[in-house]
Amino acid sequence: MKIRTFLLRIADIYRFVARAVRETVMPPYEWKETLHQCFVVGNRSLFLITFTSFLAGIVFTRQSRPSLASFGAESWLPSLVSQAVVRSLGPLITGLICAGKLGSNIGAELGSMRVSEQIDAMEVSGTRPFSYLVVSRITATTLMLPLLVVYADVMALLGSYFTVNVINHSSFMLYFNEVAVSVTYVDIFSSIIKAAFFGFAIGIVGCYAGFHAERGTTGVGRAANAAVVASMILIFILDLLSLQFINLFRR
Amino acid sequence: MTSPLQNDRYTSSATGPRSDDAVVARVRNLQKSFGDVDVLRDVNLDLYASENLVILGRSGTGKSVLIKCMVGLIKPDAGSINILGYDVLKLSQDELNELRLQVGFSFQGSALYDSMTVRQNLEFPLKRNLGIYDPAELNERVVRALEDVGLESAIDKMPSELSGGMKKRVGIARTLILNPKIMLYDEPTAGLDPITSIEINELIVKVRDKYKTASIIITHDISSARHTADRVIALVGGYNKLEGTFDEIKQTTDPELEPFFNY
Repeated sequence: MKIRTFLLRIADIYRFVARAVRETVMPPYEWKETLHQCFVVGNRSLFLITFTSFLAGIVFTRQSRPSLASFGAESWLPSLVSQAVVRSLGPLITGLICAGKLGSNIGAELGSMRVSEQIDAMEVSGTRPFSYLVVSRITATTLMLPLLVVYADVMALLGSYFTVNVINHSSFMLYFNEVAVSVTYVDIFSSIIKAAFFGFAIGIVGCYAGFHAERGTTGVGRAANAAVVASMILIFILDLLSLQFINLFRR
Repeated sequence: MTSPLQNDRYTSSATGPRSDDAVVARVRNLQKSFGDVDVLRDVNLDLYASENLVILGRSGTGKSVLIKCMVGLIKPDAGSINILGYDVLKLSQDELNELRLQVGFSFQGSALYDSMTVRQNLEFPLKRNLGIYDPAELNERVVRALEDVGLESAIDKMPSELSGGMKKRVGIARTLILNPKIMLYDEPTAGLDPITSIEINELIVKVRDKYKTASIIITHDISSARHTADRVIALVGGYNKLEGTFDEIKQTTDPELEPFFNY
């Protein structure tokens, strides 16, 4: 019975994802609501991403510096930090923060709308709640995560530069010249595409959990929790898969 | 009054001569189970134009499931549902949405969008369904709908600032704003004090008289049934067991239904 339930759930998730993709590309489009959700996504996560990315840049630089200094390779610090930040640290930090912040928010918001019959009310008034609530949120997270990742990369590098400048008094130009030389287009574009997949995963998981919430307030809590846990796991899996894929281009 | 109606030869015992042309909704042999529980076993009903049909029954007898099946929120296991000429179970999503514009649904918990003001709640279906974005027209329609339910003063309030009765009335205004031909009320007086219940009952009657809508009112509130019903169907054990006017049903000696009238 449990296997049957599991397989039915998988089929249900597949239908949900397929419907989301279909309604994203087929008109009518929800431009206004999508723009609103883009603003919400950016607005909700900007402060946290600024704070954590800047700190991550500082911490990573301070931890890497002694090891590089012991080889006499301190000048490689901008190169090491920038590659780590752009390739992995930036997308991962942004993805995890957004999974926690946005995933739970989407799950709880849609979950409470489901249990209080607001989604049913939209459904029976013919207002296409799936398109309005789900597609707009998934599109927003998919579009905004790459922008947030680029922003997080910049903040982490600024944090790193801040640390280097305090210790070595190296100039801004020198530091970022090193960064520009080390980071390739493959690094940048792969990071952006990876972030889009992270955003899609966060949106899909949050919306699915919220849209299928049941059993009152407990269900809302469960939806929010499931949205965070599942999207975090998905982010690590996607990160691993993308690494394998991108390495094909690097060789 | 009729005996149990359990087959497709069902004929309504609506009072007075009624032609099939006046039927706006027809349900036949409807069945729905959740797991091992048979909620609807064989439900039949006809809803006529401009009448208030009360579905009376104890909690858990599938009254709400019945009207949710009628608007396609729940898929029945068997049977047929015809509303305004549409075979609901065979409609595509777009056709179903088209039909839903003509069927208003008032939820038990009002289901107001809690992130929007009352005005935005009422504007939402106008913008989404009718494509009306002109602020003057929106304002005129919203104010008119709120005047109909006596709540124009609450136009800029959030749902959290409204009482239970006010929420019900705003919920009804939100459905009326699309001028539906059929209204479905799910427990309209549940959880309300007697005075507010009377106000809601009067509003239901007013909606029928002013908009000429046909309505199905799901309730276990006898006072509400007496006040609003042109005709009553009593749902027992997944069947529509009795049908008639309120006064006819009231005479029942059925052990399942008698306590409703003699509590």
